[in-house]
Amino acid sequence: MLIGSFSSFAADVPSIAAAANIKFALDKIATNFTQDTGKQVRISYGSSGNFVAQIRHGAPFELFLSADDKYIYQLHKLGVTTTEGELYAIGRLALAAPKSSSLSLDPQLNGLKSLLEKGELNRFAIANPDHAPYGERAREFLQKIGLWQQVHPYLIYGENVSQAAQFALSGSTEGGIVALSLAMAPQFQAAGHYVTLPSELHSPMYQRMVLTEKAGDTAKLFYDYLQQQRSRAVFSEFGFGLPNQTLAEQ
Amino acid sequence: MDWQALGLSVKLSAVTVLILIPFAIWVGRFLAYRQFRGKSWIEALIMVPLVLPPTVIGYYLLVGLGSQSWLGQLLEQLLGQQLVFHFSGLVVASVLVNIPFAIQPIQRAFEAVPEEVRDAAACCGMSPIKALTKIELPLVWPGVLTALVLCFSHVLGEFGVVLMMGGNIAGETKTIAISIYDSVQAFDFASAGQMSLVLLLFAITALALTTSLSRRLGGLNVSRRR
Repeated sequence: MLIGSFSSFAADVPSIAAAANIKFALDKIATNFTQDTGKQVRISYGSSGNFVAQIRHGAPFELFLSADDKYIYQLHKLGVTTTEGELYAIGRLALAAPKSSSLSLDPQLNGLKSLLEKGELNRFAIANPDHAPYGERAREFLQKIGLWQQVHPYLIYGENVSQAAQFALSGSTEGGIVALSLAMAPQFQAAGHYVTLPSELHSPMYQRMVLTEKAGDTAKLFYDYLQQQRSRAVFSEFGFGLPNQTLAEQ
Repeated sequence: MDWQALGLSVKLSAVTVLILIPFAIWVGRFLAYRQFRGKSWIEALIMVPLVLPPTVIGYYLLVGLGSQSWLGQLLEQLLGQQLVFHFSGLVVASVLVNIPFAIQPIQRAFEAVPEEVRDAAACCGMSPIKALTKIELPLVWPGVLTALVLCFSHVLGEFGVVLMMGGNIAGETKTIAISIYDSVQAFDFASAGQMSLVLLLFAITALALTTSLSRRLGGLNVSRRR
């Protein structure tokens, strides 16, 4: 058996852990990166909380792109990383529904309100607010517009926002609140439609990244690349807000 | 279709079976022939992975073998390689999780070998090793085959343990089951469907082959035995 066959491959291709909600944007940036530099990265997508546990116990990730900055601060406080990293994007929420859904989409959720009043809402999907950042913001949003109590009995929770998006589009729900970056992906739009939700009604979703102690040259190069104009354009194309501190950069 | 993940899963299954089956033959035979105090406790211990959720096993392995535990640090020094988030860690996990699937069928098969046959072999002056290879193994081999197929298929489908302690790294710990999960999360239902179909067809074929093989060979053995 070729047990050792992958280790040479691992040597110059860094492993990167990334929150599931940036998958489509980051896949595109990684392709650009390979085009521009000839170097490759290996990206594992998953929930930020799970990655924190794995990195603490020695996971070989060289770079971690979190959905929420609190996970980066946690790692730093634990002494796992030497810096607090860099803000790379600001997440937004979207209301999404399958094409066949009776839910009409609007930023104030009037469509959802009227479905509730008519008693026609059966299922509504969000990510689990207890540990998924986008679920937490979705709960905040529903509380702010005063619908949380009414919607609560109809909620189904995704383990992370990607799964919530799947639930929202499965056709067995009337819709859900998901990450805008997922709702804007072409794969998503084949099955459903969405509307962007106002960002003033929930606390901001600062997505932060950090290099770990294991980071090599390619990982550091990619970290810089993520802050350059070409990558910023991709993040913005997928509905992310952009941090200002590096705006001047070309 | 993620061929790399499928290849990795097949490799993991093969390595697991190679380690586990000889061990299971030894333990299964011992448990079948010996009576001793506390035997039911040992048997219960062997069955534990069957009832524990794989995420629990994965959690213990992550914390117990990770770089923060003394055991993890010791092993890392001895092997020059940490076990979690590495293929070798998945092998350790798969072996542990599959112990009941390997030992159970083999133990039952040894229990079915008539005592007279073993006595006869011993009376003829056969050494225990020779009795095992010439007499017992030909009789118990349907049980061994069942154990082999069960373990192999079970590793192919293993998900919870790998999710907890694997880290989902392509070419290293991203198995086919994880790859299917990823595809679904990425709304890539075509790819998820293809991979699921491959696994389903494999499972059905493997089980059908084992059943028919052990019926043919097992039937022979039984008729000879009675």
